[in-house]
Amino acid sequence: MISGSAISFAYGSRTVLDSVDVSVRHGEVLGLVGPNGSGKTTLLRTLYGSLVPTTGTVYLDASTLQELTARQVAQTVSVVVQETPGDLPLLVSDMVLLGRTPYRRTSGRSAESDEEIAADALERVGMLASATKGFDELSGGERQRVLIARALAQQTTHLLLDEPTNHLDVRYQHEVLDLVRSLARSSNHAVAVILHDLNLAATYCDRLLLLDHGRVVAAGTPSEVLVKEHLEPVYHIDVRRLELDDGFQLVFRAAPGRDRQLRNTDAVDPGRRTTLRP
Amino acid sequence: MRSTGFDARPAGQRRADPLGRSRRRGRNTAWVSALCLLLMVSLVLAVALGPVTVAPGTVAELLLSHLGRLPRRETLDSTASAIVWDVRLPRALLGAAVGAGLAMCGAALQAMVRNMLADPYLLGINSGASSGAAAMILFGVGLGVGEHALSVSAFAGALVASLLVYLVARSAGRVTSMRLLLAGVAIGYALTAVTSFLIFASGSTEGARSVMFWLLGSLALAKWGSPLGVVVVVVLFTGALLSWWGRRLDALAIGDETAHILGISPARFRTQLLVVVSLCIGVVVAASGSIGFVGLVVPHLARRLVGAAHVWAVPVSGLLGGIFLVWADLVARTLLQPQELPIGIITAFIGAPFLLYLIRRMHPGS
Repeated sequence: MISGSAISFAYGSRTVLDSVDVSVRHGEVLGLVGPNGSGKTTLLRTLYGSLVPTTGTVYLDASTLQELTARQVAQTVSVVVQETPGDLPLLVSDMVLLGRTPYRRTSGRSAESDEEIAADALERVGMLASATKGFDELSGGERQRVLIARALAQQTTHLLLDEPTNHLDVRYQHEVLDLVRSLARSSNHAVAVILHDLNLAATYCDRLLLLDHGRVVAAGTPSEVLVKEHLEPVYHIDVRRLELDDGFQLVFRAAPGRDRQLRNTDAVDPGRRTTLRP
Repeated sequence: MRSTGFDARPAGQRRADPLGRSRRRGRNTAWVSALCLLLMVSLVLAVALGPVTVAPGTVAELLLSHLGRLPRRETLDSTASAIVWDVRLPRALLGAAVGAGLAMCGAALQAMVRNMLADPYLLGINSGASSGAAAMILFGVGLGVGEHALSVSAFAGALVASLLVYLVARSAGRVTSMRLLLAGVAIGYALTAVTSFLIFASGSTEGARSVMFWLLGSLALAKWGSPLGVVVVVVLFTGALLSWWGRRLDALAIGDETAHILGISPARFRTQLLVVVSLCIGVVVAASGSIGFVGLVVPHLARRLVGAAHVWAVPVSGLLGGIFLVWADLVARTLLQPQELPIGIITAFIGAPFLLYLIRRMHPGS
C-alpha cells in the first residue's frame, strides 16, 4: 500500500499541493481527477519518489519512500507516464525489457527469463506482434500500450498511471482500463490512475480523489464524489448527472454567461460531444 | 484465477526467442566480429603505408617476431623494423585507442545530455586540456614532472575544466542535462579565452605554433611507454564500463523521469558518467590534443548499424571510432607527404558532410 499523509508541495513560493491525504490500497483502483493544474500529476510523482514533498510523508508499505533506494521502489511500484525516446530509435522489445532494469545489478544483455516476461507483458496488451518494430514507428495508442507492457514487465505490486487513456481510441481506452482494473481485482495490485474523463473514472475506479488548486475537494466512491455540488465549482461548467440502471452518466455543457477559463476547456469533454444512450 | 499475470509458462510452451531478438543479436555479433577484423587489417595497413612502404607480409613478420611468436631473422631490415615497431605501430595503436575513446564517450554523452548533436568536447574538457598544455608550452608551468610534463598539465587542465562544469551545473540543484550543457559551453568558451590570452601574453611565435598543433590535434607524440599504455587501459576500461551500463544509458537517454521509474537516480548516474567520461577524455586529449568530429559523428553511424540500445551501440562506436581515426591519421600522414597535415583537418573534412547529411535526415521535409 502507498499512503501519503498531509503531503504538501511547492515550486518556490507557488503551492501546488496543500496537505493532501491519499492512500492507494491493494485490490482497488484509485482515480485522481480534477482540472488541469489541480496537482494530480504532482501528487502522483510524490507517490513514487520522483518529487519529494515539501512537508508530509509518503509510506510504501511499512517504510517511508526516503528510506528506500530508487531501485527498491522500482521493484515494488511501476509507473506509466507519457514519454518519447526522442531521436533514439529503440525497438519495442528494448523498451519493454527496460522494465527488467530494477532486477539486474548490471545492465547487460537480457537473460532468457527476462525475454519471456517481456513477451508475456507485450502479449497482455496485444502488442507482441510489434516486438521487432521501432518504438518511434508506433502510433500514440500503441506506444501507450507498450509503456504499460513495460510497467507489467517490472512485476510490481503497485501500479501508478498518468493519463493512460491519452491518445487511445474508445476501444483501447476501455481495454486498457479493463486490464488495469483486472490487475487490482485478480492480482491484488494497488492501482492509482489519473483520468480526465470523469465517466471513465466513474466506470473503472473504486474510489476517487477530486483535486482542485492542490487540495482535496472530495474523496470517496465515484457516486459520492461525482456530484453536481462538487464538480460545478471546480470545473466551472454545467453538470447533469443521469442515473442509469447500472450507474450514472455525467453530461457537461458550457455554462452560458459564466466566465469560461481557457485553461479548463480540455479538462472535460464538452457536453455537445457526449452521446447518450437512454 | 491466476495470482499474477506472470506465472511461468509450462515448460513445453516455452517459446524460443519470444521477442524475435535472436536475428538482431546474430547480425550485431557479425558486425562486431567484422569490425574487429577490419580494425586489425587497418592497423597493419597503417603500419605498412607511409613515406616508406613496408610490405604487409614483412609487417606481420616483424610484429610476430617482436611479440616473440617468431624467431628473429637477422635478414629483416633494421630500418623497416624501427619504422614499424618504434614509430608507426605506437602511433596506429594510439589512433585506435583515441578514436575508440572519443566515440564511446560521445555515445555516452549524447545519452547523458539527451542531445544527439552532443560531442565529448561539449563539456569544455578539451578547452581545459588545451589551456593546461598552453600554459606548459608557453610558461613551463608544471616543470619537474619530467618528460610527461605536457600530458600531465593537459590532463590537469581537463580535470579542472570538468570539475568546474560539474560544480556550476550542480550549484543550482540537481545535475540536469540542460545545466550540464550550458555549464560546459560557458566553461569551454572561458577556457578557450584563457588559452588565447596565454598565447597573446607570451608573445612567443614558436610556442604559439605548438599550442596550435595541440588545438588541432595530432598523434605524432605517440611512442611506446606510459602515455600510450595509460590511454589504452583507460579506453578499454571506459568501454567495458559504458557497455555494462548500457541499459541504464538507454533509460537516461529517454528521460530523467523514465530513469527514475526504472530505479535509477538520474542525477547520481549522470554524475558517475561525468566522472568516467571526464577521465577518459582528459587522458585522450592529453595524449593527442583536440581531435574533433569523431565523438560526434561515429555514434550515429554505430546506431545505424546495430540499433540504439547502448549495450551494442557503445562497443560498436568504439570499434568504428578506432578504425576511423587510424585511417584519418594514415591520410593525414600520406596526403601531402612528407609533410604531415593536422589530423583534425581530415576528421573535420569527413565529419562535417556526414553531419550535414544527418541533420537533413533528422527532420525530413522540414
